[in-house]
Amino acid sequence: MSSVRRIKVTCIICPIGCEITVTIKDGEVISVEGAKCLRGRKYAITEVREPKRVVISVIKCVGGDPPTVSVKTSGPVPKDRIWDVMRLLARTEVKAPVEVGDVIIKDVLGLGVDIVATRSCRKS
Amino acid sequence: MEGEGRGYLLRVLDTVVIGGGPAGLAAAIKSCEYGLSTLLIEVNDRLGGIPLQCIHPGFGIHYFKEDLTGTEFIERLIRRFMDLGINYLLRAYVRDIVIKSHDLKVVKVISPKGTYELLTRTVIYAAGARERHIHEIGVVGDRPAGIYTAGEVQAMMDIYGLLPGREAVIIGSGDVGLIVARRLALEGVKVVAVIELMPWPGGLTRNVIQCLRDFNIPLLLSHVVTKVHGRKRVEGVTVARVGNDLRPIEGSEEFIRCDTVIIAAGLVPNTDLLERIGVLIDPRTRGPVVNELLETTIPGIFVAGNALVINDLVDNVVEQGELAALGARVFIENDGIPTTEWVRVKCGSNVRLVVPQLVSGERDVKLYLRVLKPLTNARVRIGGVGVVSYVPKAMPAEMTVINLRRGSLPKELKELVVEVVSE
Repeated sequence: MSSVRRIKVTCIICPIGCEITVTIKDGEVISVEGAKCLRGRKYAITEVREPKRVVISVIKCVGGDPPTVSVKTSGPVPKDRIWDVMRLLARTEVKAPVEVGDVIIKDVLGLGVDIVATRSCRKS
Repeated sequence: MEGEGRGYLLRVLDTVVIGGGPAGLAAAIKSCEYGLSTLLIEVNDRLGGIPLQCIHPGFGIHYFKEDLTGTEFIERLIRRFMDLGINYLLRAYVRDIVIKSHDLKVVKVISPKGTYELLTRTVIYAAGARERHIHEIGVVGDRPAGIYTAGEVQAMMDIYGLLPGREAVIIGSGDVGLIVARRLALEGVKVVAVIELMPWPGGLTRNVIQCLRDFNIPLLLSHVVTKVHGRKRVEGVTVARVGNDLRPIEGSEEFIRCDTVIIAAGLVPNTDLLERIGVLIDPRTRGPVVNELLETTIPGIFVAGNALVINDLVDNVVEQGELAALGARVFIENDGIPTTEWVRVKCGSNVRLVVPQLVSGERDVKLYLRVLKPLTNARVRIGGVGVVSYVPKAMPAEMTVINLRRGSLPKELKELVVEVVSE
């Protein structure tokens, strides 16, 4: 017996926020409707298969001014791994100085993305 | 080179830029590239302004053609500024601007290094905006610890690494409120609810999805916080539903327990100094009335960024900074802006505000406007000109930008009524 599911997704790629409908039959995507661009189409497919997000946070910067460095994942990570990443970041410290773009953790938790500094931090 | 040489104390500068955020940095960079002698004044102890506390992405998609965090974006802009060797003062506060003549202003500055009187031909005012606070949004009740603005929370968490509380209620669903809600949730603070007065969210749809829905944060539309409760620390708020008149409906009140109240009720351009020296303010934008070169009603004083109009994209802010620098250049080259006849731009149907308020038709102009109500398949129509733009989804949260080509205004037109309509 075949099952057809229609899933509505609101695109978060750009400010337009297209309402996209993804139709799945027997676990396969058979149609994507409502996306105004290819990136949106791709996002909608990922969103129904394995939703991903870029994680942003700050970590402690020992001896830094300001006392934190802001960080992000260099690419999106699966939504259900966000909390694992956050728990790790809560324990992570670096020493000043830090430059924007510095890799803080390479291949974080084996997810294939790095934790990257998004703000410089000079010595206080 | 902070304060290097001090040559700027002895001669007349071409332009003094007030504010070292994105608008001011962009204005100073462009002025310098135009060959104008430029000095930038920043009140904080470092350059950068508000993006220093914006660790989320969504910055610079147009300007750098990359999706950067606010922090990454501003560091790039600061690097450009530094590479050009532009003079600047930190921890410097502008206490007054005195208009000596059409072509000469005195900018009076106080800093820990002393007081200065800077002579300049033009001023670019880019002092940003302030947040609306709890006293402006009609919330009565106690005033215990635990009430913050969204910007204060961003600074606490994302610069100083401190949490504001454990259970928060956020007032206002603009993009800032939504983004703060996500940051709190990610750091383990329970966001009990986001309260929005209007029947639609104040921020972009994508932020409602990725900031609220992702974290199961309730958004209460058509609701208002009527009262704060708490003795030493916030203990909760009273929330009520509102009717079509946006007034609380009696009997709909409900108590919500929380220890933190965060006000994300929008921004107001910082115009105190400008008002004091007599610049005309537009009650719609709450920023100065400007012409298409972003010159205020005082010749030679230009304004850009959130001090001009509240923007939602840093790219627009940077663009305004650059345009103000062009204005300063045109002013200096022609001993004043060489336009005599201005056409007044007015808000028509479903337009809440529009900038600039004065155009000439002599130059290509970008009109920034905001709609009152969401409208799909909208058309921007200008009286006497016709339909100038098609907008698939006009949202109050998003500035609508239209290009008005040089020479597209009929000669006899005295005012330009802009409206956003369906059909």
